[in-house]
Amino acid sequence: MTTAVEPGTAIDSAYAIELRGIVKRFPGVVANDGVNLRVREGTIHAIVGENGAGKSTLMKTLYGAHQPDEGDILIHGTRRTFRSPSAAIDMGIGMVFQHFMLADNFTVWENIVLGSEPGHLRLNMRKARRRIRELSEQYGLEVDPDELVADLGVGDKQRVEILKVLYRGARILILDEPTAVLVPHEVTELFASLEQLTQQGATVIFISHKLDEVLGNADAITVIRAGKTVGEIDDPSTVTAGELAEMMVGSELPSPETREATVRDDVRLEVVGLTIESAPTGVDTVALAAGLAGGIESSGTPTSHRPLDDVSLRVHSGEIVGIAGVEGNGQTELIEAIMGLRPASGIVKVDEQDVSELSNTARRNAGIGYVAEDRQRDGMVLSMTLWENVILGHQAGDDFTHRGLIDRDAARERTRQVVEEFDVRTPGIDVSAFTLSGGNQQKLIVGREMMAKPHVLIAAHPTRGVDVGAQAVIWDILRQARSDGLATLLISADLDELIGLSDRLLVMLRGKVVAEVDPQTVTPAELGSYMTGAHQHDGRSASGSPGDGEAPA
Amino acid sequence: MNRRLLTTFAAPALAAVAAIVVSSVAVLVAGESPATAFKAMWSQIDSTESIVLIVNRAVPYYVAGVAVAIGFKMNLFNIGANGQYVLAALLAAAAGAAVDLPAPIHVAMIMGIAVVVGATWAAIPALLKAYRGVNEVISTIMLNYVATNLIAYLLAEHFRNPDQPNIRETRVLPESARLPSLNSLFEAIGFDFGPGVVLHGFLPVAIVLGIGYHVLLNRSRFGFNLRVSGENPTAARAAGISPRRMIIVTLIMSGAIAGLIGIGPLIADPQFYKYGDQFPVSYGFIGLSLALLGRNHPVGMAAAALVWATIERATQALSFVDIPQEIGIILQGSFLLSAIIAYEIVRRLSADAETRAASRETPGTRTIAEAPA
Ligand SMILES: Nc1ncnc2c1ncn2[C@@H]1O[C@H](COP(=O)(O)OP(=O)(O)OP(=O)(O)O)[C@@H](O)[C@H]1O
Ligand SMILES: [Mg+2]
Repeated sequence: MTTAVEPGTAIDSAYAIELRGIVKRFPGVVANDGVNLRVREGTIHAIVGENGAGKSTLMKTLYGAHQPDEGDILIHGTRRTFRSPSAAIDMGIGMVFQHFMLADNFTVWENIVLGSEPGHLRLNMRKARRRIRELSEQYGLEVDPDELVADLGVGDKQRVEILKVLYRGARILILDEPTAVLVPHEVTELFASLEQLTQQGATVIFISHKLDEVLGNADAITVIRAGKTVGEIDDPSTVTAGELAEMMVGSELPSPETREATVRDDVRLEVVGLTIESAPTGVDTVALAAGLAGGIESSGTPTSHRPLDDVSLRVHSGEIVGIAGVEGNGQTELIEAIMGLRPASGIVKVDEQDVSELSNTARRNAGIGYVAEDRQRDGMVLSMTLWENVILGHQAGDDFTHRGLIDRDAARERTRQVVEEFDVRTPGIDVSAFTLSGGNQQKLIVGREMMAKPHVLIAAHPTRGVDVGAQAVIWDILRQARSDGLATLLISADLDELIGLSDRLLVMLRGKVVAEVDPQTVTPAELGSYMTGAHQHDGRSASGSPGDGEAPA
Repeated sequence: MNRRLLTTFAAPALAAVAAIVVSSVAVLVAGESPATAFKAMWSQIDSTESIVLIVNRAVPYYVAGVAVAIGFKMNLFNIGANGQYVLAALLAAAAGAAVDLPAPIHVAMIMGIAVVVGATWAAIPALLKAYRGVNEVISTIMLNYVATNLIAYLLAEHFRNPDQPNIRETRVLPESARLPSLNSLFEAIGFDFGPGVVLHGFLPVAIVLGIGYHVLLNRSRFGFNLRVSGENPTAARAAGISPRRMIIVTLIMSGAIAGLIGIGPLIADPQFYKYGDQFPVSYGFIGLSLALLGRNHPVGMAAAALVWATIERATQALSFVDIPQEIGIILQGSFLLSAIIAYEIVRRLSADAETRAASRETPGTRTIAEAPA
């Protein structure tokens, strides 16, 4: 097992990185409990494991974001201790975090250069730009250095994060769930770039919950469970996704239940001609919130088309309608307009009642549940406790408040239920939300919305960052709610999720609904081509007529 | 629990030490002995009378702290508390002197006017920010100037006491408009402050205000919305908490409380009972310092207000030993600055300590189960 090694001693090692017996404890949890990790130079190495298994914690240890309580870090056979990330960067280790860390109001090159020029007060702008161009050509990471980060899609942002790390001279790249937000063709592009990187000698470690993509792209896999290494796979072709999943959770996965149509006649959610014009006028609430957050008080990015263009759709009781599309094609605007968070023209009806003029609160009270796209930005307050986060979004209803006062007991009781039913791994409900692992934060949010028993659910990426086991649980709960009559509008980057859950699928491109497809017959490849506009659907006009083609009369 | 208490007090203690060192250096630079200075300062506050005077002084400071803190809680900087309270005090003084009412109603009316005036004056930056995106720091600073000039005009032209044409002040408030001192209350429990020492009657109002602030913030829906808006504005918006409404209500509430800053001096301090040139006009700025020092916490700000008033009282003694009184300002300034730094240091240290303690409490087993690959 672990033998202590003197700092600085070189040991003959074929590994670029070797972590031995890493232990890291947090109040109430042992996040890493003797993890071993060996990564060969010039390979793509995947780390898989349940939510809360300790993957991010391990990577932060390697990156110097915190120090391990026990264990050794060996880089090219030499023992190292990293007091800080900059010490790790000096050793050529760079990390892209689970949640993006880019400044929206700066350009791409500014973001890349920011903070990486210690000692140089005046940046050499031209040199920096040229270096970025070189890097992006060398590794096929295409992005325009002069574009504003706020205007970029997620795929581009991901590339900027990677360039940022490369710009600092990293030869060992750590990517924490880099594909969680990407659609399939972006995933393919990403791994093509990573392949190029490793061919030129760099080493890549990535974390992912998408086992197929792990098996397809990794040269080796390490499986972590409850803070321990439970498997090291040198040849991914020898295992199946099922075996991998079993190793992760320690038991067999529940098999997805067969589905039957539960679609009923009554329309629960109806959207008619919803449109958002491109140029935002005046000070809207988006800008105000941004202002309070310390950002620049502007919103909306100037685009050549309307962010949301005459979208109509219907969701019936007992139906799940999926929206497919590359992120940034109007999905955000659509759900925010339905939720009353963005001014839009058109009609939104819930249970036949016109809610177009109502506030977000009134719409929630009319029975809409909402899982926002970005959990840390919109879904929760990291510095608040779990039970306070369960109140969030429901503070105006009467579940948790009486005569303007917060009913702590009710909130805590509900939180206990959510934690129980959705298997949120936490030492308690009084801890701050930031102590939860990414996937557990997501489970808390989905649980909060589902436990409030909505009539209509607007769910954006409900299983983003959630492990395969918990994903199956959430899917089951969504299916169960569907057969109980819930109307769900589902947005997801995960095509398997869209195809597997949806009764009907709409494709969005440049603010419009451009196609409606049957999830029973469509293939992910076909869907992908609709999403990029390569394929024009014939059965449906591009302007988006009310999308209830397959609903029973 | 002990650890938490320790970390709560560690930062202010550290800051106090730093502030004493800095001001000692300042005294040395001035060519005097720090020992003499601090001895003189100590003798100045070492009496019942001093303590009463300090509390009297701390009360309006505390009100100012609460007024500012409620804005801070959602990242709104109400720099305009000065303008709000001075205008409120003037109008309340003028109105209070103009009518004749039974005691409790008279007092309530004065407070009511002060609250309304403070709120109204704060509504201007609130609406400007909510509907035009105007930064409240800038608009409240400007409105302070407007208030100063408006007050000068009103006092000169409208509210001046006709019996005293040479002095710019309002008429003295009648007995019924004044808050009685708390001396008799303390005498009833056998506590005599001594001759000529008066504990002002506004203290209970400040205490109620502090409790109300705590309940509002931590128990009410409004307080929840406020904290969410402050901690994560985008999540607040997504949760249906209207940033516009929160900005308006919070700034107006801050102004309403600010309106009460001057009411303690006005109706409970025998030195005033009127608005005039002597009336204090910059307690709002002190409130900013206290909210920072007390970390927007109802008890923390009370402690900060007492420290602030104590330093002011103590440094009065410096003139007796020929040391510049400005040392007091250096002491306050360095205390504030080092407290902010110390809070950050202690926060980091205690986070480390907490993790280390967790390591001891939950020793991990180090067996590694190798699964068949
Ligand atoms: N700052 C912290 N304070 C307290 N506990 C923490 C902290 N960070 C992580 N933890 C805990 O450590 C454990 C491991 O968390 P980690 O984020 O490493 O999980 P993960 O494997 O990355 O999971 P996911 O797939 O959900 O992202 C979890 O139980 C989490 O609650
Ligand atoms: Mg993680």
